[in-house]
Amino acid sequence: MTIGLTHYLLLAAVLFAIGMFGVLSKRNIIAILMGIELMLNAVNINLIAFNRFLPVHDLSGQLMALFAIAVGVAEVAVGIALAFRIFYDRETINVDELNRMKG
Amino acid sequence: MNFAAISTEIFILGMGLFAIVMDLVLPEEESRKSIGGVLIFALSGWFLYMFTLYHGAINPLEPASMAALTDRFFYQGLYLVDNYALFFKQLFILATVFTLLFASDYVQSVLRYRGEFYALLLLALLGMCVLASATDFLTVFLGLELMTISFYVLTGARMGSKDSSEAAVKYLIVGSVSTAVLLYGISLVYGAVGRIQFLEVCRSPHLFFPLGIAGITLVLIGFFFKLSVIPFHMWAPDVYQGAPTPITAMLAMGSKAAGIAAMMRVLFVAFPLLGLYWLPMLAVLCALCMIFGNIMAMRQKDVKRMLAYSSIAQAGYMMVGIVAADADGMKAVMFYAMLYVFANVGAFAALAVVEAQKGDTSHRAVSGLARSAPVLAAVMTISLLSMAGIPPTAGFAGKLYLFTAVVDQGFLWLAFVGFVMSMISVYYYLLVAKAMYLGRWDGSKLEISGAVRAAVVLSVLATVVVGVWPEKLAELTNLAANTFLR
Repeated sequence: MTIGLTHYLLLAAVLFAIGMFGVLSKRNIIAILMGIELMLNAVNINLIAFNRFLPVHDLSGQLMALFAIAVGVAEVAVGIALAFRIFYDRETINVDELNRMKG
Repeated sequence: MNFAAISTEIFILGMGLFAIVMDLVLPEEESRKSIGGVLIFALSGWFLYMFTLYHGAINPLEPASMAALTDRFFYQGLYLVDNYALFFKQLFILATVFTLLFASDYVQSVLRYRGEFYALLLLALLGMCVLASATDFLTVFLGLELMTISFYVLTGARMGSKDSSEAAVKYLIVGSVSTAVLLYGISLVYGAVGRIQFLEVCRSPHLFFPLGIAGITLVLIGFFFKLSVIPFHMWAPDVYQGAPTPITAMLAMGSKAAGIAAMMRVLFVAFPLLGLYWLPMLAVLCALCMIFGNIMAMRQKDVKRMLAYSSIAQAGYMMVGIVAADADGMKAVMFYAMLYVFANVGAFAALAVVEAQKGDTSHRAVSGLARSAPVLAAVMTISLLSMAGIPPTAGFAGKLYLFTAVVDQGFLWLAFVGFVMSMISVYYYLLVAKAMYLGRWDGSKLEISGAVRAAVVLSVLATVVVGVWPEKLAELTNLAANTFLR
């Protein structure tokens, strides 16, 4: 059996779903950030697989993946910094405790 | 590479770096207001200069005028500076100038990292400008991320406030998930078409395959998250309430308008045919926004949170113009976005003063504002009435354009919903006015600096002048709207 585009797309879809599940089910901010990272990486697999297997003339898919990696890192860096602030404010990074504002 | 096309972005980036450097150079005990002052002068100068950049109407059949348009691309169809982009950039710069004007006292008294506030605000502005010009999915993605990552940090800028850090984390999580969804959609569109430039995407017949349609759906859902369209709105009220007030103002005026600017270009340039199939669904979302935004706003005790729900409703009004999907509708959206800036500046400038001096923004904190700061109370009332669309103010002219545009396209029911809901919205806007004018006064006086006074007087003047004499702004929006829809 040869590994083709479909397998890569399935892998990416499964990864995306796992990441989404992590974001929705985990209560720790760091774990949620990891879920987000999984979702972003699923997209990168998608982009690169399309670029590899489809008859496209340019490398814009790979280019996009590079930019997505850089932006994902920036996002997670800000996320970790905010997790630190939450910890200083309330000595916990459980998102269930973030319930000051309602309505 | 045509660097003249991106002079605005280079200028804004330069000013942002200038703010960082000045913050390092100035001694610790020095006030940071001077940085804000320099930025205000530089940006308003550039705002006036941008009037000279508009080009005349472009006729696609005439090679000479098409060549003029090609000159406005920065690099291989990545980035286009047309009238549409110029108008939105002017709007963002104007919003930033007003925010800087009324924020300088707030920043000085409430925030700990002041120089960074100015630098990040300018970077967020840069992101918005990139979004307005983006004609390629990579550029859209980068502009969106530059804007939202700057806003994550700015939302958490109120050190020591638990609300602020909570709002920032909520914004970051929901914002990143929506980015991932948007990016997944872009990757599927890329898979279907093999291109990411809008002008090439729209030509491809493969867009109609299930892959392309799934991609478009996800891209639109990503945009709905960023625009806080119901049912993707749950982050907005908390973020608006927890963020520092000037940032809430920028989120409401700038971030929303930038999202709408990019979404209109994606819908009408990249997916022109499929975009039209989406219009009935968009109309339903629009009606949901107007109905639930206004109903939820009625129950709020905190004025900032009330304005958050009202901004969801306002996004609904602006989307009415997108549903119309013609030049009139686009003109109405731009007109409304501009006057929404003026109305927001009035309301949030007053709230920023109240929050800096009284500590919160509940109805109790603003009660008696008519005695403690009569100017602010008057400005706030006029601004809120403009948001509700009461005649002599600009809000009325804006809603008139929006609803006539959509009625012309046959969506009579949508205009009816919008009309009824804006009547209902008067109730909760006037609740604030009632608290300010009839509420108990605790005997205190609020101090208002010259900068805040200038910001509120200018914004109210603009609201009233545009309301009575909308002709000039309407001409400008007409010119800008004719760029890609006719």
